[in-house]
Amino acid sequence: MSKYRICPDTGLYFDRSGEGLMKANAVAGAVALLVGGILALLVGLTRWPAIHYLGASDFYMVLTAHGINALIFWLIFFEIAILYFASSTLLRCRLATPRWAWAGFALMLIGAVMTNVAIFQGNSSVMMTSYAPMEAAPHFYLGMILFAVGALIGCFVFLGTLVIAKEEKTYHGSIPLVTFGALTACIIAVFTIASGAIILIPSFLWSVGLIGQIDALMYRVIWWGMGHSSQQLNVAAQVSVWYAVAAIVFGAKPMSEKVSRTAFLLYIFFLQLASAHHILADPGVSSTWKIFNTSYAMYLAVLASMIHGLTVPGSMEVAQRKKGFTNGLFEWLRKAPWGNPVFSGIFLSIITFGFLGGITGVVMGTEQINLIIHNTFYVPGHFHATVVLGTTLTFMALTYFLIPVLFRREIIMPGLAKWQPYLFAGGMTILAIFMMGAGTLGVPRRHWDVGFAQAAEMGLKFEFPGSAEMMLGLVGIGSVIAVIGGALYLVITVGSLLFGKKLEESAGLMQSFGFATLAPSCYTSEKIEPVKGPAADLEEHGSAGFEAPGTFILAMLLLVTFVVYYFINWKYLSSVWPMG
Amino acid sequence: MSEEKEERVPAMQRLLDNHFLLLFIGVTMPTVFYILWGVMEIVSIPIAK
Repeated sequence: MSKYRICPDTGLYFDRSGEGLMKANAVAGAVALLVGGILALLVGLTRWPAIHYLGASDFYMVLTAHGINALIFWLIFFEIAILYFASSTLLRCRLATPRWAWAGFALMLIGAVMTNVAIFQGNSSVMMTSYAPMEAAPHFYLGMILFAVGALIGCFVFLGTLVIAKEEKTYHGSIPLVTFGALTACIIAVFTIASGAIILIPSFLWSVGLIGQIDALMYRVIWWGMGHSSQQLNVAAQVSVWYAVAAIVFGAKPMSEKVSRTAFLLYIFFLQLASAHHILADPGVSSTWKIFNTSYAMYLAVLASMIHGLTVPGSMEVAQRKKGFTNGLFEWLRKAPWGNPVFSGIFLSIITFGFLGGITGVVMGTEQINLIIHNTFYVPGHFHATVVLGTTLTFMALTYFLIPVLFRREIIMPGLAKWQPYLFAGGMTILAIFMMGAGTLGVPRRHWDVGFAQAAEMGLKFEFPGSAEMMLGLVGIGSVIAVIGGALYLVITVGSLLFGKKLEESAGLMQSFGFATLAPSCYTSEKIEPVKGPAADLEEHGSAGFEAPGTFILAMLLLVTFVVYYFINWKYLSSVWPMG
Repeated sequence: MSEEKEERVPAMQRLLDNHFLLLFIGVTMPTVFYILWGVMEIVSIPIAK
């Protein structure tokens, strides 16, 4: 008989086996974020022309490790925790095959350490993309493969848990919307990992000399099936968390559950095809392939994101209006709990993801205007807006909810915790905007010295406009602010796990890191029905309706910004290649 | 009989509730349109003489 714990504050269900796995994966993710964050500071200080901190070879090594830790390891560890939460907790059932789940976790951990070792040994400074014919050390690829296999096991544990819940009839009708979003992330993850296997296994064999060569274009096409999809499973997971937080903080129901589910379905069908926008400047694949995968398929995925961008804040508005905040268009927003980092983090994420990440993503996915900014500093500017302001900030906000509920500890330094999302989002917004600005002026990405000092010594003189240099300085300032915000997050959350007031007597150090369960008295086998509060709000079905005029105004503002910015880029393109 | 008809779950709902069918579609679509189509175009590039 499986045993579980019911959180006394929220009514949420935690399977005894699943609970430790959620904690261990979330903590491992935080360690990867710590490594990625320290390296982010070094990268930021090097691309800041006035400081130019690291030497060339160190810069490329650090940039490689920063990308892999911050974009892959941190997010996927945390997403596995979310998959287990969205399945066993929200469906109130035991987690499938916990031993396999621990084996998957161990593989991910070994893989992450192995890849980091390979990078810091100095022979694998190949960037996250590790484009062939650049060759990394064999254990670089092997580490990535082990990590992917571990994550795939996590996906199958999630799917197995859905099967158990269905067999044991622990839910009625469809799975909850948040679980459906997690299923979307899981499906994208399976494709991501399959693409990774197709290209990383031959790359490993190539690195040990068993294969003669890897075709560079073939590598790029298949690698991006993994590389971009791995960021899109982030989007699906982050949107699921948005819906979860709307339910937790406001007791909100989606505006229309059917519409939201359909939007997730559009992700399942089309989101992964957008990987093609990385290949828009490559020869060898036809415009038909490029345009179908980006301009047609990708726009349907963008439509899905716009739907979520409308319905998540819309559901919050409807819930707030029901509580009586009905004055004007925005009283519901003014009276929102801006001092609660769970809400503020999520709302900042929604706004910045939409206005900065979403709009620029469409520009990058359009074959013609992509050429203005392809492979420039604009690209990391875009994905810092989507992945960092979108996903990382969302996961940070969720952590503030999970520490008391899952880890049974009180948050330390609550005053600082209130400010942390603003500091992190502020710094990252400055960074993303000025990265994109510098990229629009042609500043390349992944470049140690855009002053081209060594080229000048050889008589090749080129200078970017002074405004580009100024923007690179602002990127540096933004990165320092964001790193301080990120460091605060780690100090507050890890500090809470170590020193936070215990909400349950047996919540010790080993329990905080998932390696031991709470006292046996916390768990029961008796069936307990959902109670009122966050558990019921997360698990029940229903739609709130579309009475959200303030949100519709915000959505129109986004649409107008989108249209104006899109056409500015076409105008800019015409000046890049003058006719006549 | 008419009650049974009323309780019939719509096709779209059945699709959304069939998690393994969604998994199949979600993996097949990008495999066909992105990977296979892309790889076929690359392998059909004539080899330089």
